[in-house]
Amino acid sequence: MADFSGQLINLFAALLLLVSFAMLSQRRVLSLINLFALQGLLLSASTAIVAYSSHQHHLYYSAALTLVLKVIILPWILHRLIRKLNVKWDVETLFNIPTTMLVGIALVVFAFNLAAPISEMAGTITKSTLGIAMASVLLSFLMMITRSKAVPQVIGFLAMENGLFFAATSATYGMPMVVELGIALDVLIGMVILGIFFFQIRETFDSLDLKHMEKLKED
Amino acid sequence: MNGILLQLFQDTLVVLIAPLLLGWVNQCRAWLQNRSGAGVLQPYRNLIKLFHKDAILANNASPLFRSTPYILFASMWLAAALVPVIATDLPLSPAVDVIALVGIFALARVFISLAAMDIGTSFGTLGARREMLVGFLAEPALLMVFFTAATISQSTSLVTIVETLAHKQFVIYPSLAFAAVAFVMVLLAENARIPVDNPSTHLELTMIHEAMILEYSARHLALIEWASALKLLAYTTIGIALFLPWGIAEAGNWKAMPLALAALFLKLMAAGAGLALLETVSAKMRIFRVPEFMGTAFLLAVLGMLIHFLLGS
Repeated sequence: MADFSGQLINLFAALLLLVSFAMLSQRRVLSLINLFALQGLLLSASTAIVAYSSHQHHLYYSAALTLVLKVIILPWILHRLIRKLNVKWDVETLFNIPTTMLVGIALVVFAFNLAAPISEMAGTITKSTLGIAMASVLLSFLMMITRSKAVPQVIGFLAMENGLFFAATSATYGMPMVVELGIALDVLIGMVILGIFFFQIRETFDSLDLKHMEKLKED
Repeated sequence: MNGILLQLFQDTLVVLIAPLLLGWVNQCRAWLQNRSGAGVLQPYRNLIKLFHKDAILANNASPLFRSTPYILFASMWLAAALVPVIATDLPLSPAVDVIALVGIFALARVFISLAAMDIGTSFGTLGARREMLVGFLAEPALLMVFFTAATISQSTSLVTIVETLAHKQFVIYPSLAFAAVAFVMVLLAENARIPVDNPSTHLELTMIHEAMILEYSARHLALIEWASALKLLAYTTIGIALFLPWGIAEAGNWKAMPLALAALFLKLMAAGAGLALLETVSAKMRIFRVPEFMGTAFLLAVLGMLIHFLLGS
């Protein structure tokens, strides 16, 4: 049974990586939000399986928190935001997508190599998925770098938090409950503040393209 | 003796049911699009009609142009016959190497492209160039898919891969899931299915496969169409062999044969329906998006292999 849940965790980890790549290659903001919700769902499911197989009861709370926050509330806020901002256009990327994907593969190889010695030391059932967690953090980072619009960048930021959460689960069976609650609150508040920022940016520049922010610096 | 009989049976079976699979896919597509469809036997009727017509050749057609349909048909039949569909360990089994299979597909592609350029019409050349564009991107992705499966079973022989995957305790392979998605994308591109090419159109801007065979008529065209059906069957059975190998019979085990046949038909029906569904929900993409599509397939296959090395499963 433990063997089977280990396989399930590996499967969810692989799917998580797949969703990260899908987000990297996605051109539409709406699909990007749906993918983000899917990533949260996978994260929540894999956390629940880890909790079940390692008998760590606090992980159930983490899984429930992830489910509520990242699958329901945050995507709902994002949907509302883009409806209000009326930004359903295609996302512009700074590089073309195949190049980004190739860079992504290089990042995955790098992350896997980086995680290999760490996961040898960890004694958890999920230790081999640490590489995937680090890869998805780096991929979300890459997504933030390659997008010029504000909304995809914020989604990249949230996806990066997902990756960090997954890394914590796979390396040490999650963070202490207080820390986790703190981070959840931070993400929620951050999202609300960034939402206000979106409106401010749009009012100032008539666009959500962050290239305009360069005008702000004084020569 | 048993083995040879079984091999002959399998080879005849694939060549006979190939148009049926095509007809089933078309029928499913018709149903999904709320049309009544022409029935699953329509490809056979088309083939019979084409075989009864008189062949017309262009004045400047070279022997290459005449011989290509036969080469195409032979290589596709060989590919479809080599894939273990109902039984493993047949007399031809040692020949079923995945790299050789890719080679057979490449041979067919080279000949059809040369034949398309042979007459010298602009459509043929255009089709050949597009086919080569798709082909050179699809081939590495297909090879990577095969390598992912080969690293799991430590062999590039398709029969060994099937035996390893079919007769082992049930294990979830995340790497194979990636490879499966990549394989479906390659299948769509290689068989001129919808996101990449539309098999039922002769619109000059979009056609790839149809552009290459515009100059063919009658029995030549029939052979090419039959070869396309065989190619679709070969790809589908390769997919089944790699990702859903359960239920296949071992050589000499005649008792398992009916079960294996039933499993094969069920799996082919499901695969055909799935293919029709995929084609219905997706839109044909611009030809310049195809490299991106194939790049994604390659990426997924590479990811599958990386994940295999990371997770060891």
